[in-house]
Amino acid sequence: MNAPLAITPETPVASAPPLLRIEGLSKHFFVKLGAFGQKSAEVHALDDFTLDIRRGETLSLVGESGCGKSTAGFTILQLYKPSRGRVVYEGVDLATLDEKALRPLRRKLQVVFQDPYSTLNPRMTVGEAVGEPLLYHQRATRVELSSKVEQLLGDVGLSPRFAMRYPHELSGGQRQRVVIARALACGPEFLVCDEAISALDVSVQAQIINLFQDLQERYGLTYLFIAHDLAVVRHISTRVAVMYLGRPAELAPKRSLFSTPLHPYTQALLSAVPEPDPARERTRRRMVLKGDVPSPLDPPSGCRFHTRCPLAIDICRAEVPAWREVLPDHAVACHRVGEAIPVPGA
Amino acid sequence: MSSSPLLSVRNLEIEVSTRRGPAKVVDGISFDVERGEALGVVGESGCGKSITTLSLLGLLPPGARVSAGFALMDDRNLFTLSRPALRKVRGGRIGMIFQDPMTSFNPVLKIGDQLIEPLVYHRGLSRAEAWERAGELLRLVGIPGGEARLDNYPHELSGGMRQRVMIAMGLACEPPLLIADEPTTALDVTIQAQIVDLVKDLRARLGMSIIWITHDLALVSGLVDRIIVLYAGKVVEEALVDDLYAKPTHPYTRGLLASLPTLEGEETRRLPAIGGTPPDPGRRPPGCPFAPRCPLKVELCERAMPPLEPVDGRNSHRAACWVTTGAMEMAA
Repeated sequence: MNAPLAITPETPVASAPPLLRIEGLSKHFFVKLGAFGQKSAEVHALDDFTLDIRRGETLSLVGESGCGKSTAGFTILQLYKPSRGRVVYEGVDLATLDEKALRPLRRKLQVVFQDPYSTLNPRMTVGEAVGEPLLYHQRATRVELSSKVEQLLGDVGLSPRFAMRYPHELSGGQRQRVVIARALACGPEFLVCDEAISALDVSVQAQIINLFQDLQERYGLTYLFIAHDLAVVRHISTRVAVMYLGRPAELAPKRSLFSTPLHPYTQALLSAVPEPDPARERTRRRMVLKGDVPSPLDPPSGCRFHTRCPLAIDICRAEVPAWREVLPDHAVACHRVGEAIPVPGA
Repeated sequence: MSSSPLLSVRNLEIEVSTRRGPAKVVDGISFDVERGEALGVVGESGCGKSITTLSLLGLLPPGARVSAGFALMDDRNLFTLSRPALRKVRGGRIGMIFQDPMTSFNPVLKIGDQLIEPLVYHRGLSRAEAWERAGELLRLVGIPGGEARLDNYPHELSGGMRQRVMIAMGLACEPPLLIADEPTTALDVTIQAQIVDLVKDLRARLGMSIIWITHDLALVSGLVDRIIVLYAGKVVEEALVDDLYAKPTHPYTRGLLASLPTLEGEETRRLPAIGGTPPDPGRRPPGCPFAPRCPLKVELCERAMPPLEPVDGRNSHRAACWVTTGAMEMAA
């Protein structure tokens, strides 16, 4: 096993070999349509997704619901079998492995879901929930178990007495801590956090964000942080990938993305985020996108964003834009990069 | 007459029966909504913000009851109205937009049939007249196609569209007060921005009062005139919107604002989080409910609930804190 490198989120290392290499990953679902399911259609949930996840970084995936960000996370973890493409981890393409061969690798690739209410077995105590993976993966003997559980609970900021409690006795924030402790019990290298803080109250959200950052430092974890709250993403990320309708639109180090967003969709997303500042909010002009995200059953031709894009021209409707590195480490898929966006009334 | 507030709520207490006996989920809340004013009600889950507005409409869930206080609107106490009188208030005098546009519609009725209901019931329009008006309402809330969409069923619309239809329904009879309970929480950020702009625009055109319930201090900052902050069933701070963000005074308000990551401003390694969790309604501590989590607490905080005291001598900005308002010195 490779020793995890201690890399702070401020120093992404582009030259080091990536932890995970994702190449052309696609996931299509088949759905039945019509009252009797006589017609079937293909949902393009994820299309041609390529990126490296660097050791020790927090890579955030952002976008609106249905953009494929959770599908990307689940397909990387092989919780969905990819329709096409490769996920290379420790020199092996995970997509070629069967369940049995995947099992020892799953220990290293863990996930924390959004809803801590439905991810814990209501009939297992906290101690049992956290202890189970320790026994399964033979990371503790029965004798060591309670002290290891205690240590893991301490890692996530819970006192040892929580081991005897049941999930219903805990608040949302405490449950999410238990879920994180259970993921840590496996000794992971890579953690997919799928909207892991979205269901929490504002005052508790900040605690869990801090916890994720502390654990990353202590254990050298790599995060794929799936989120829709851009303010949180700006706080926690090393790099950010913006997705739209199953395709990556832009990928950049955090500073570069928030200071120089290149894709019109990224600009629209940033412009839609409210700020806790009444004077600014009253005067600010938003770039409000028209309409809704189109259906992934029948995605638009060419650039999938062209139906809502204020800059769309003929080529955007006809051709899929190439993925280009425009600034250092900052890539975008847009025919119109660099064009100014007309702001109504400005 | 017109100078009196549109709605006055005084000393509202709501009890919910639990296995351990009655729990006071709303504990002595008072507030006014002026004519044409937009009031933000901010707090976390369990603070009592939603149940307060449900009580105004007589929609409390089974097991919950108003145990004290009154709510005056049109010179009547909403809590003592007969059921027929209450039905006239719902939709007629107070419109309501709920959080989840997925579950708030009847899935087997066309949206047109659901939209004309208040118009037929409150305004006495014929079905044909109401149908025409419903089409106008859809255009008012920015649904392309207008009346053509009246034949759609709720599942045929996206979440953002459904929330627009819900707003149209809430505004159908032009009620003087619109209550919006986290109407954008289930929506994506770009759709949220559309809905916020729509509500601002409708308010400018129609001039109704709004109560906007939310947990999101960033979202309401550009949307409302005044804010009350609730914690554990109590008002802990109230202020005009600019004052609240410029000088948050209750430690809870300060903590909430400090713990929000933002798109602007300096990046910090750690977020200043508020420790602990809100108290369980059945087991609230005596004294100030925020005291167990408060970095500034003194011994008095655990014994006695501080009153709402003016901040900087102004009655428009009040906070309930012994330490930060200087109330402790006055009490001593």
